[in-house]
Amino acid sequence: MQIPVTHTTPLATIRRTRMLPEAGRILVRAGQKVAATEAVAESPGNRQHILVDVRRALGLRSTEEADRLILRKVGEVLEKGDVIAESKGLFTRLVRAPQESTLVAAVNGQVLLRVEGAPRPILAGLSAQVVEVIPEHGVILENCGALVQGMWGNERVDQGMLVSLSDRPQDELTTAALDISMRGAVLLGGICTSAETLRAAADMSLRGMILASMPAELVPAARALPFPLILVEGFGQAPMNQTAFKLLKSNERREVCLNAERMDPLSGTRPEIFIPLNSGAALAPETADLVPGKTVRIKTRPYQGHTGTVVKIHDQAVALNGGLRSQAVVLKLENQEQVTVPLKNIDLLE
Amino acid sequence: MTTSIVDAESLLAIDIGSVNTRALLFDVADGEYRFIASAVAPTTLAAPLADVSEGAQSALEKLERVSGRRLVDKDYHLIIPAQVDGSGVDRMVITFSAGRELRVITAALLPDVSLESANRLAASTYGRVVEAIGLTDNRRPGQQVDAILRAGADLIILAGGTDQGATRSIMRLAEIISLACRVMPSDRVPQVLYAGNAALAQKLRDTLAWYQIKVHAAPNIRPDIDTEDLVPAQELLAQVVGKIRSRQLGGLGNLAAHAGQVPLPTSHALGRIIRFLSQIYDPVKGVLGVDLGASWTVMAAGVAGSLTQRVEAFGLGSGITQVLKQFSLEEISRWFSLNIPAGVVRDYLFQKTLTPESLPIDEESLQIELGAARQILRYVSQDLLESLPGVPLSFEPILVGGAALCQAPNPQTALLTLLDGLQPVGITTLILDPYGLTPALGAAAGVNTLLPVQVFESSAYLNLATVISPFSQARFGTPVLRAILEDETGARTTTEVKQGSLALLPLHHGQVGKVYLEPLRGSVIDPRRKQVRSFKITGGILGVVIDARGRPLTLPADAGRRRELLAKWAASLNPAKVVR
Repeated sequence: MQIPVTHTTPLATIRRTRMLPEAGRILVRAGQKVAATEAVAESPGNRQHILVDVRRALGLRSTEEADRLILRKVGEVLEKGDVIAESKGLFTRLVRAPQESTLVAAVNGQVLLRVEGAPRPILAGLSAQVVEVIPEHGVILENCGALVQGMWGNERVDQGMLVSLSDRPQDELTTAALDISMRGAVLLGGICTSAETLRAAADMSLRGMILASMPAELVPAARALPFPLILVEGFGQAPMNQTAFKLLKSNERREVCLNAERMDPLSGTRPEIFIPLNSGAALAPETADLVPGKTVRIKTRPYQGHTGTVVKIHDQAVALNGGLRSQAVVLKLENQEQVTVPLKNIDLLE
Repeated sequence: MTTSIVDAESLLAIDIGSVNTRALLFDVADGEYRFIASAVAPTTLAAPLADVSEGAQSALEKLERVSGRRLVDKDYHLIIPAQVDGSGVDRMVITFSAGRELRVITAALLPDVSLESANRLAASTYGRVVEAIGLTDNRRPGQQVDAILRAGADLIILAGGTDQGATRSIMRLAEIISLACRVMPSDRVPQVLYAGNAALAQKLRDTLAWYQIKVHAAPNIRPDIDTEDLVPAQELLAQVVGKIRSRQLGGLGNLAAHAGQVPLPTSHALGRIIRFLSQIYDPVKGVLGVDLGASWTVMAAGVAGSLTQRVEAFGLGSGITQVLKQFSLEEISRWFSLNIPAGVVRDYLFQKTLTPESLPIDEESLQIELGAARQILRYVSQDLLESLPGVPLSFEPILVGGAALCQAPNPQTALLTLLDGLQPVGITTLILDPYGLTPALGAAAGVNTLLPVQVFESSAYLNLATVISPFSQARFGTPVLRAILEDETGARTTTEVKQGSLALLPLHHGQVGKVYLEPLRGSVIDPRRKQVRSFKITGGILGVVIDARGRPLTLPADAGRRRELLAKWAASLNPAKVVR
């Protein structure tokens, strides 16, 4: 059975597409190396429009007459005060551009002017090489390294050196563990249960934070952080799955990129921790076969954050604890306990 | 009524939900249309597959195994029509609820009249009104253009003007829409559904077509100021939404090409069958359809052929996001019989927004999800009733779909969740649709009118219970109803039911009996059938249930007492007491 993969891989080639929501400007060229925080493209910002009624402004009766008096063409860029239309006769009347803008439509004696807003950049999200430019629309980035995909992120991007504050995946991160020597680092913690700890971290000029989990009531504090925060397991007080924890611990002191973007199953975006490594590797697969022997992690209570090895896959729906029926897998957890969980509650780690 | 084999057509229905894709096979057996088999596979709309036909293919392969009938050929193409060797099917219909919510702009003249009707029309499909523009909108035209551009709409519903009424103001709105559409990239231009002054339809279509804007003209939703008629526009809206989704959802267009017709929103198909059933069943009571899904909750009330429907973005999958926005934790937690800390509830619901497809596998998780389900049912049913002034929630029957209820751990849990959430009054029968047939029948009705009738009358649905919910203002613990149940052998069971309690009358599933009711202390058995005292009754899987807990259901403020009472009510429906 082929199912989507949650990447927790020590080495793979990672390819990521960064697309603009609408046509815009590409800021990089193919072959260029970019940092995680570098803008690779920008889309037009919050544009505003002004509808100028030429017919009314010139005191004309017909829209056709107004159309004839419009001096500018669609696409023309106007400075503030530029004349858009002018009436004929002894006492001419003028219609001027109210501000710097582009004339985007002229119809029925009216013109529509577009005022550009500040452009919105799209960041690379990982340090990588631009392997392809899709003119006006986006870029494809590629690099080799370790990748851990998380569950939740506070929608920020940065990179820095990975420093671990946890010896075990279930360790709690407290304010006492933080000190000024961590400035500029990406911290690896276990579980954080206090908004105070997050606020203390915010004052330390960190570059990022990786946690196993935190209570959902800390979401406002996490969103207010000036650096990216990624939860590998999500909300609650679940320990980090062993596979991810060991992988991250083994990369301590290496440069790590955090792209704490929002998880969106439809588009496939999710928060990602990427550690660039100078080695070649195969492209990370997006789906893989779920077969006995594979490692999975459980996403929900009561086993949230646990990893297990697939022992058996039930083809048909089976009765679960609590009475629900669902297609399920039998897993052997790290503590050798054997549990049956719905197929929908697990992630295949590759 | 039997079906001639010569006329008979087998039918395959595919329903693409946000979590599951279901394939259902219908054919003629013993001279009547019957539901033959169903199969379910995960929906494959999400990345990396991003193609719903993959999930449909898996569901079809499972359906082949279950039914023993070959449905796809060696090249994985659906065999259509049916072949002499018995393979294939004659027809296929597709329904869908998967996909992001449709972004809708409504534009109309009067805010309290046509704009409100346009908003109600939008609320009958899987959409959200992201921008509304009316005649009294005092934003400058440029700002209205900005608003349309920012909305990123998939669909604009334009309405206003009674037939032969206002024209200039509508053309002015159309002009703003056309200006906005002219500066959009061509692949972002929304479809326009016009449902205003009929005299303007052609002119508007011609004007906007000039700017490459596709206009679908429906009959006026406000033919005169006092009349709202949404049904014809809803039919067209369903078609338009089907076309939009065929373009947006990977693989749906291809499936639709095989079906030879536009896929229908599942909500529309449900509404269609409920309206149809309301013409067959008691015109006074009406029929209610409820579908509590992963992303959406649909309620459709049909009364004597007239339909009132709500489609709201609440669900127990991705719809949890809206649950968290709309309801407080206290509103959800008040339904728990276990003491679950608020932090656990909050964390569970937030985690569910990240893993919307996951299932609750411990008692606490299940209570949290069913607490949310009760709150959703309560909210949407109240919203629905606001559009039906004077109509209590006393429909017969109430048809229930959606995995949370139809695949609940046991029938008692499903029933109690429904009773707590909907709080029906009077006499009603709760029927579960465990195979998700109802939307398929609604879609099938468009190509085969006999099939829905015959399948609905078959045993494919599950009669959960007949519920009698008397209305009384008596004090807690006071007897409010005496019920005598006479079974087929003539044996009688007498039960006196007290205010604040739930009681089971033992009647085997499918067994017919007679109930004699004696209201006590001024209680009213059914506000819509005031004279009812005795009637024939068919046992559901939980027999007959009397819900005398009062309406609206009031829970004790003290958490301990409340949990105790909820546990007591759950125990009242204990399987040990149920006669099977």
